[in-house]
Amino acid sequence: MSSFQAELGKGIWKENPVFVSALGLCPALAVTNSLINGIAMGFATFFVLFFSSLLVSLFRKLIPKPVRISLYILIIATFVTIIDFALAAVLPDVHKALGAFISLIVVNCLILGRQESFSSKNSVFLSLADAIGMAGGFTLALSMIGGVREILGSGSLLGYSLFGPSFEPWVIMILPPGGFFTLGALILAFSWWKQRRDKRLEAEEPEEMEPNQFEGWAV
Amino acid sequence: MENLIYIFFSASIINNFTLAYFLGLCPFFGVSGRLDTAFRMGLANIFVMLITSTCAFLLDTFVLKYAPYLKLISFIFVIASTVQLVEMIIKKISPALFKALGIFLPLITTNCAILGLALFQVSRQYTFVEGIVFALGAGIGLTLALVIMAGIRVDVELAKVPKLLQGVAMNFFIAGMLSLAFMGFAGLFSAG
Repeated sequence: MSSFQAELGKGIWKENPVFVSALGLCPALAVTNSLINGIAMGFATFFVLFFSSLLVSLFRKLIPKPVRISLYILIIATFVTIIDFALAAVLPDVHKALGAFISLIVVNCLILGRQESFSSKNSVFLSLADAIGMAGGFTLALSMIGGVREILGSGSLLGYSLFGPSFEPWVIMILPPGGFFTLGALILAFSWWKQRRDKRLEAEEPEEMEPNQFEGWAV
Repeated sequence: MENLIYIFFSASIINNFTLAYFLGLCPFFGVSGRLDTAFRMGLANIFVMLITSTCAFLLDTFVLKYAPYLKLISFIFVIASTVQLVEMIIKKISPALFKALGIFLPLITTNCAILGLALFQVSRQYTFVEGIVFALGAGIGLTLALVIMAGIRVDVELAKVPKLLQGVAMNFFIAGMLSLAFMGFAGLFSAG
């Protein structure tokens, strides 16, 4: 059970696909001009990643190695087609807002990367945990980018106005350059946080090490 | 003719694939470390885009009319086989270029700019000639963005950048400023 939790947790924060590994950048920037779009894209990716991981890990011993990449792409493309048609039927507004980027989930390197590096080598149980964690981290990252861009760019969150009519929105934030700046700033904050934690760990370590060294030296 | 000129400049400069649609960001950040690799990567992309555009047009006219749900699956297979073909041709004709491109050649398959091109072309109902011009414009725009980005990054390496900002974060800020600059082209056609 502990390894299940470890696989689940690592994708959300420690190995976050967008902030740490810089995977799946195209959808992370292209559709996140509002929070709701970010969440919708996150859930579409979640669906595709979950079921692709399930199939790939289920058949991992049957898939011949030379054609594995084409097979993974075929599996992913099938599920993307399903979610594309499902969204068009159930949530036509969201489908219209995301446009071609739903279809472009096929070439999201995050999904193919997880199949190649994790699901093809691990049990169904662990693969599903990994898929949930990674997709969760992806959704979290997209929501953060979408949230920041919507608050600054339209002065609202989920369509509700936050600052009242006197607020002058930064239109640039919902345009393409805002996407680059927001993700750059978030990555900067993430690496700052990581550096501080590493420094703290380093500062703590010598204290633990010293008595040992001293003992060894004395003996 | 005017329509073709508009499509070309729209795809290459005004709605640059990388800087306005965020397509093809992986090579944009991955290969832009050196100027000559960036340029060669751009050329390989133009070539694959031209072939993909032709195939997408043929598929759309003869196959997808009867089976629209096959769109994604057929496109991705065409792209994967095109990349394989290009790889074989380059290996046969110019082994030196093949060596220089290395791993980036097969990675074109998962470049969203190529699939995006095919999808946009089909959804906008371009004719064959329009599609070719669109592919050429998009490919040149991609090469332009790659080469400019590589040029800036080579210079940034000589500058004093705070340690925390080095690497990915800095690249995003550069890309943001480039995107800002390209937005200035938005009024290119409405003004005239």
